[in-house]
Amino acid sequence: MAELPGQIRHIGGRMSQLLEQIYGFSRRSLFRVISMGPIPCHIAFIMDGNRRYAKKCGLEDGSGHKAGFSALMSMLQYCYELGIKYVTIYAFSIDNFRRKPEEVESVMDLMLEKIKSLLEKESIVHQYGIRVYFIGNLALLNDQVRAAAEKVMKATAKNSRVVLLICIAYNSTDEIVQAVKKSCINKSDNIEASNYKHEDSDSDIEGTDMENQEKKIQLVDIEENMQMSVAPNPDILIRSSGETRLSNFLLWQTGNTQLCSPAALWPEIGLRHLLWAILNFQRNHSYLEKRKKQL
Amino acid sequence: MLSLRVRPPTSFDFRRFNVRDLERRWRLSRDCFLSFSPKFEENRGVRFGVKSSKSEVSFTAAEEEETLPEELQPELMPKHVAIIMDGNGRWAKNRGLQPWDGHRAGVEALKEIVELSGKWGIQVLTVFAFSTDNWIRPRIEIDFLFSLFERSLKSEFQNLAKNNVRISIIGDSSKLPKSLLRVINEVEEVTKNNTRLQLIVAVGYSGKYDVLQACRGIAQRVKDGEIEVEEIDERLIEEELETNCTEFPYPDLLIRTSGELRVSNFLLWQLAYTELFFAQELWPDFGRSGFIEALTSFQQRQRRFGGRKS
Repeated sequence: MAELPGQIRHIGGRMSQLLEQIYGFSRRSLFRVISMGPIPCHIAFIMDGNRRYAKKCGLEDGSGHKAGFSALMSMLQYCYELGIKYVTIYAFSIDNFRRKPEEVESVMDLMLEKIKSLLEKESIVHQYGIRVYFIGNLALLNDQVRAAAEKVMKATAKNSRVVLLICIAYNSTDEIVQAVKKSCINKSDNIEASNYKHEDSDSDIEGTDMENQEKKIQLVDIEENMQMSVAPNPDILIRSSGETRLSNFLLWQTGNTQLCSPAALWPEIGLRHLLWAILNFQRNHSYLEKRKKQL
Repeated sequence: MLSLRVRPPTSFDFRRFNVRDLERRWRLSRDCFLSFSPKFEENRGVRFGVKSSKSEVSFTAAEEEETLPEELQPELMPKHVAIIMDGNGRWAKNRGLQPWDGHRAGVEALKEIVELSGKWGIQVLTVFAFSTDNWIRPRIEIDFLFSLFERSLKSEFQNLAKNNVRISIIGDSSKLPKSLLRVINEVEEVTKNNTRLQLIVAVGYSGKYDVLQACRGIAQRVKDGEIEVEEIDERLIEEELETNCTEFPYPDLLIRTSGELRVSNFLLWQLAYTELFFAQELWPDFGRSGFIEALTSFQQRQRRFGGRKS
């Protein structure tokens, strides 16, 4: 008789395992159906609404971000199962430094904990062979977080299956400013080098159109100096919590990106939102591909 | 266009008893796209009589209050609204018309929105007329668009000047026809001191091109020794962007019609904190009700700019 509760628990455990397996199987089958159509190469997420979620559920302030982190892990799992190669997330903006110091500190502590956990054997990074990039003005972070980020980037440098770009201390306008600075420096270096080469020849007197054109900064010069140049432009940008704005995120890269803003707060985001975004993407895909070819 | 009747030069009043005449004139202009002769306007002035200054002031004040719909709060009106006028081609196709009929209808819709913006206290209205990506359209459509633009400017600019509207054109003008460039320069010059509403028309424009030309301007200044590379910051880029022609370069609200959920490379840098509104209607159908819906949605949004509303 004493065995009964134990047996019930054992059966309960087996049942939930079985249900999980059934759920996983049906999810992967659904993904196989969706993959019949075009799948986006790169999805970006703005993870908005953690604090509102904590308030809504009556939790203490920090736990909204923790709930947001587990929602993020699920989304990454779905994306990589679907075969999406690049995922970018907006973890912390330069504007967010203006929040209350206690909140900034607790978010930084959480990030340090989670960044370190990426290096563990059981983490999602090893499960999917993820290469991690940290994009942003890392000099603005405290030393511990920066060191942890650099360690993760180095440790995952050899992975090549899928890529995760974490935008931390990031602002799109700041990224553009840094790219402009680098372009100016590179261009002036190139011009000096070519002037030095032509010093002794007579051809520099002519100053052809082609040379003048080369001296001007071109679009590719700026683009190759962007930190986000390691990934193609996003196909879909999903912002949770229903706000429809970019908040200084990937302004340069989202010219032709499909924008989605489900009303769910970030910890409430689920598979259905992702699938809806992808189905909409598939609807517009052929038109956008045609336009790209024409351009 | 905006004012199809004589008005006192300082106000943007809408006289409700004008509605039927207004509709008739819109229909006429949609068909033949001619401006109205001065004689007709003179007669209108006579018909509505000359007001004494006293009655004009009180009349004006009451009318100004009435013009803003009750759903909208005057203190929450955006200063700068940007519009991507998408859907003219589809509108024409749905009606079995040619694409240029859609563009003509689009111009009428634009006139209505410009008028409403002026009345409702919006300071800057930026419209995306022609993108760098649009150069791939058929030559005949592009030629029609530019000649439509030239004709609209010529026929409407007197009214715009009278209604204190300033026009600015931004974008890469190197590929535009010379006659259009002449008209643009003239219109910009004549209206440059107007203050009621600034209408910025983006022609041959793309957000990336704007940042690129700002970058080139900055590079030139670095080369000339005016600034150091380390001094390059966001403010410097902002000064070099083409939207430096206005006091409010950053739109508060961006409206895109026809249901497409993209920004399509319009105003890249300036859209950092802009609220986006995607309307389902095609641009020629967007009129007053669509505009009110967009503005109402804007007024309900909570803008935090990265901070917190505690």
